[in-house]
Amino acid sequence: MKQLNSILEGFGSTLQLLVRTFSYIGSLPRQRARFIEQCYLIGYTTLPIVAILSFFIGAVLALQAGYSMQNFGAKQFIGSLVGLSMARELGPVMVAILLAGRVGSAITAELASMKVYQEVDALETMNIPPARMLVLPRLAAVLVMVPVLAIIADLVGWFGGAIVAKYTSFISIEPEAYFSVLRRYMKFQDVMNGLIKAETFGFGVVLVCCNIGLNTRGGPREIGAAVTRAVVVSLILILVLDYFVTKILL
Amino acid sequence: MPCSSHTRNPFTAIETPAVGVTVENLSKSFGDHVVLHDVSFSVEPGEIFVLMGPSGTGKSVLLKHIVGLEAPSSGRVLVNGHDALAKETREQVRMAMVFQSGALFNSLTVYDNLALYPREHRVSNEAGIREKVMHALQILSLEDTAQKFPSELSGGMKKRVAIARALVMEPQLMLYDEPTSELDPVMSATISEIIASLKDEYHVTTLVVSHDRDLALNIADRVGIMMDGRLIFLGTPAELREPKDAQVAGFLYPKIDLKHPRFKKLET
Repeated sequence: MKQLNSILEGFGSTLQLLVRTFSYIGSLPRQRARFIEQCYLIGYTTLPIVAILSFFIGAVLALQAGYSMQNFGAKQFIGSLVGLSMARELGPVMVAILLAGRVGSAITAELASMKVYQEVDALETMNIPPARMLVLPRLAAVLVMVPVLAIIADLVGWFGGAIVAKYTSFISIEPEAYFSVLRRYMKFQDVMNGLIKAETFGFGVVLVCCNIGLNTRGGPREIGAAVTRAVVVSLILILVLDYFVTKILL
Repeated sequence: MPCSSHTRNPFTAIETPAVGVTVENLSKSFGDHVVLHDVSFSVEPGEIFVLMGPSGTGKSVLLKHIVGLEAPSSGRVLVNGHDALAKETREQVRMAMVFQSGALFNSLTVYDNLALYPREHRVSNEAGIREKVMHALQILSLEDTAQKFPSELSGGMKKRVAIARALVMEPQLMLYDEPTSELDPVMSATISEIIASLKDEYHVTTLVVSHDRDLALNIADRVGIMMDGRLIFLGTPAELREPKDAQVAGFLYPKIDLKHPRFKKLET
């Protein structure tokens, strides 16, 4: 019962934070510097790890697909399998999981420290709403940067699949053939659906991590606990949202 | 509390009304734990009011009620006659709080810490903000720290930067939470002098929460003493020098008794 209360409280406070943040949307143009800083932190610094993971996910997909499909004489369809899997599911989910682990945890740690060491209280006494200064630029930045990360994840994943398809002896498919099949069976809508999912997950992750950070009380131990909670809640949120958003988009 | 006197704006010499604070039957509980119990007092516009008391008696919680960071369980707090919790009060009355830890923004330089309020509230252009910030730093002899980060400052410097940051807000009401804690006696005296001179020069209404007896006796216009969430003394520093109440005397002038130490009494 206590846990259910705490889940409902968390849900309610997250929604309240969203509404409060949305009410300050007009202040975004004059928070350009903060917005750009957050774009850099969320987008640019996450890019290398997104690229590395996408490459190997695409490569492993091609490898597993090639191994399984060679028995059915269907290995020429590897391109479409890797393409669709990356664009519709793995790209967005992987970007969101990386975002939760790398960016979400950092956001929670920063905001929780600010809360515990009274910096958030200081903002409130200055009549500067924390939602406006600390949350809005982050939410805006994630909305801009996540689609970019997801597109890069898709492209690098496809490329990883193509390399494996060419240089693995039991697959041996030329990149031209690989990309030709990928193009033939993929629609623009598949990529768009992936981007919608990535956007939803990224927005949810940053909002939840901000809320957990801003509601932290106590000391250093509670900051650590808040970061762990933020990552766990974000991962659960990603998978739950994944099911419902996929269902809606199908 | 209606306005009865005026403060001079520290930076522009514009006359702004001083504000008073009224605490009426304020009680606050966290769960079953009662922190404040029916506390009532008022701070007159332009005076220095020092609130003393042992640790954990709810002084800082009371301060948070005045700046609207906490909501009362019962009773009310009025700032300039308006509910301290109302958003309009915070928009109409410029309140600044100097936190015990300083609460400086660690990711910003000292200059940016001070410039945050005027920038966010678009008080003036960048040149005007620079002038205000440098003036505040100058008042507190902190010009050399402008480009430093809070982590590079000593405890005393952090407190002074926190005061400078509050000063840039051109406050009508200044609240200090333990401004001399963790400081050496000389720095404590310096901070007390700063608080008193800011009040003398700019007539800012000042409320200080402190354990510092010297601060209270030397700079306060009036002093309140809290014990167990209740206000047990309200008077002038002169009255405090010769307290009639045994509890107040015991708190202000404790004797170190090595034969019958207090902690042994606590154990039993």
